[in-house]
Amino acid sequence: MPPKPKMLQVLDIVSILLLAIATLMVFLYAPMERTMGMVQKVFYFHVSANWIGMLAFFVAAVAGGVYLAKGNRFWDVLEVAAVEIGLAFSLIGIITGSIWARPIWNTWWTWDPRLVTVTVMELIYVAYFMLRQGIEDPDRRARYAAVYAIVGFLSVPLTFLSIRLYRSIHPVVITSSSAQLSPKMFQTFMFSLFTFTVLFVDLLWHRVRLGELTERVERLRMKLSE
Amino acid sequence: MTPASNERTSLWRATRAVVWKDLTAELRSRELLSAMLVFALLVILTFNFALDLDPKTRGSVTSGVLWVTFIFAGTLGLNRSMAVEKDRGCLDGLLLAPMDRSAIYFGKAVANLAFMLIVEAVVLPLYSVLYNVNLFRPGLLLMIALGSVGYVAVGTLLSSMAVQARTRDMLLPILLFPVTLPVLIAAVKGSAGFLSGLPMTDIQPWINLLLVYDVIFIAVAFIVFDYVVEE
Amino acid sequence: MTETQAPLIQVTGLVKRFGLKTVLRGVDFTASRGEFVALLGPNGAGKTTFLRILASLSRPNAGEVWVAGHRLPHQAAAVRRGLGVVSHQPLLYGDLTAEENLRFFGRLYDVPALEERIAEMLRLVGLYRRRRDLVRTYSRGMQQRLAIARAILHDPEVLLLDEPYTGLDQDASAMLDEVLQQVASQGRTVVMTSHDLSRIALLASRFDVLARGRIAASVQRSEIADTQLLDFYRSAVAAPAEVRA
Repeated sequence: MPPKPKMLQVLDIVSILLLAIATLMVFLYAPMERTMGMVQKVFYFHVSANWIGMLAFFVAAVAGGVYLAKGNRFWDVLEVAAVEIGLAFSLIGIITGSIWARPIWNTWWTWDPRLVTVTVMELIYVAYFMLRQGIEDPDRRARYAAVYAIVGFLSVPLTFLSIRLYRSIHPVVITSSSAQLSPKMFQTFMFSLFTFTVLFVDLLWHRVRLGELTERVERLRMKLSE
Repeated sequence: MTPASNERTSLWRATRAVVWKDLTAELRSRELLSAMLVFALLVILTFNFALDLDPKTRGSVTSGVLWVTFIFAGTLGLNRSMAVEKDRGCLDGLLLAPMDRSAIYFGKAVANLAFMLIVEAVVLPLYSVLYNVNLFRPGLLLMIALGSVGYVAVGTLLSSMAVQARTRDMLLPILLFPVTLPVLIAAVKGSAGFLSGLPMTDIQPWINLLLVYDVIFIAVAFIVFDYVVEE
Repeated sequence: MTETQAPLIQVTGLVKRFGLKTVLRGVDFTASRGEFVALLGPNGAGKTTFLRILASLSRPNAGEVWVAGHRLPHQAAAVRRGLGVVSHQPLLYGDLTAEENLRFFGRLYDVPALEERIAEMLRLVGLYRRRRDLVRTYSRGMQQRLAIARAILHDPEVLLLDEPYTGLDQDASAMLDEVLQQVASQGRTVVMTSHDLSRIALLASRFDVLARGRIAASVQRSEIADTQLLDFYRSAVAAPAEVRA
């Protein structure tokens, strides 16, 4: 087994440190929001998690495109890794959103365009894994998955647009708060985004490495059985 | 012995041949259309009792009921139309022909669209009679055409992948519904707008959305279809 | 017709992998004009994979493949025009008549004077009288004969046959023999896989054995007696270690 790359080790430590600092900033540096209070703190990681969700699915769609063009299996491994991470972070986004919505909007769930879009996105990528599971031949599986990663990602903006239009024609009782962020809040917010992005790169690297090791094991097993 | 030419058969001729083949076979067996139609009627019947379609509620849900009927029946047709190609190895026969792969995509898509429009052409007057509403408004027909095009454009692409999977009949709707949600929303809202006589400015966004969706996904399917069928 | 010296099928160093599994590991193969090559080999040796690559249905991972003067996969459309394929599946539509099936494929190939050609083909395979019947009412043998008509409709130089006898009874097989003999005598290059040695021995002019991902042995029809054929096949298929023992 190839040793863990030095860069990755450094990145692990940096991610952990950043995450710790970001958590401290959220609770100690950023001021308490006047009307929402403690629960507003969830906002920083909530938006960051959703940002990583979007970024991950974008990476997956690009990896899918490169896979179709080049046919190199690395891009398939990267695509799966990105989708898995995207699914996890979007789910974190939905859950943290609910935690925030419960006291503020007085409901766990609203048909808010962003919330629904993220949920539809989750469903698209659950379907993505069902497609992968249904196809035996690895090359075909990779091609189909790449096609679906592209089609799925392209549909997301249109889904968001259609749901927003849907809401705007039927007036919504609850509008999302667009409270102004104080400078300290803004700094904390940006730092959280940065932290999550670094964390994403770290996780992606780990997951790609795992995927490549799995392929190595498969290949060795194949050699043994011959 | 040498063949007449080494050129590809033109996309237009090959597409036409595929459409002709699908329509001829279907007019002969009527397997697919009869299944789609019976299913569509059953969906409406189910809705009638599930939603209690009395005159008051009917106005607001007609468009939704119609579209759910269309897309359910459409899924049935999409699955079957690709299964015919897969099961007897006919897809290989198509792939062996000296033509662009897009001819297969466009041919199948046009045939699927034709089947869906035929079902819609039967369901609409029937619904009009059953519930005594006039559904023959040009605007509604436009929404149905635009929505069906988008649905079939993505559906034909995804069904050609789903048909290769172990779980194919279950897989198609799972793959198709989340990515065609914009089509459903826009088509339902646009159709409802025309039915309730909303001003054009309120409906225009839905028409634009459908147009954008149709153009984007026909183009994407055209580009990626080669990768779906080519090994 | 100009006789070219270059072989009609030329394959060098062909490698094909499925995912991580290597099926073909450096196949070298040539076939000249008019040759009828029997491709033999145990199940899973990659015969079908090899034919699918020649048929442009599957892309090689490495190696050069030339068919009918064109390189695969880059010039696939040109190759396809000069190529006919019969597989163990008929590649026909059950809800169309024999005539309609041929008309459909004829259009895809842009065959000139299509209607005359269709009638000619249907007579050749002995299905003219049943040309207006739906293919799904055909017996397996009739479907397979129609599949051959479909494969040579556009008058290809190269004909690939993958286990065409699958599921046929004795009578149907004998009829298929006749049709194949006629088709082969028209100067086409034919590559056919089968595990029925006695059947293929009647038709082939050369025997190649595909084993362990390579062409393990090759022999001309004229150089081998019927009785030696089975031994030739067995020793080619057996792993080298077993041969030594």
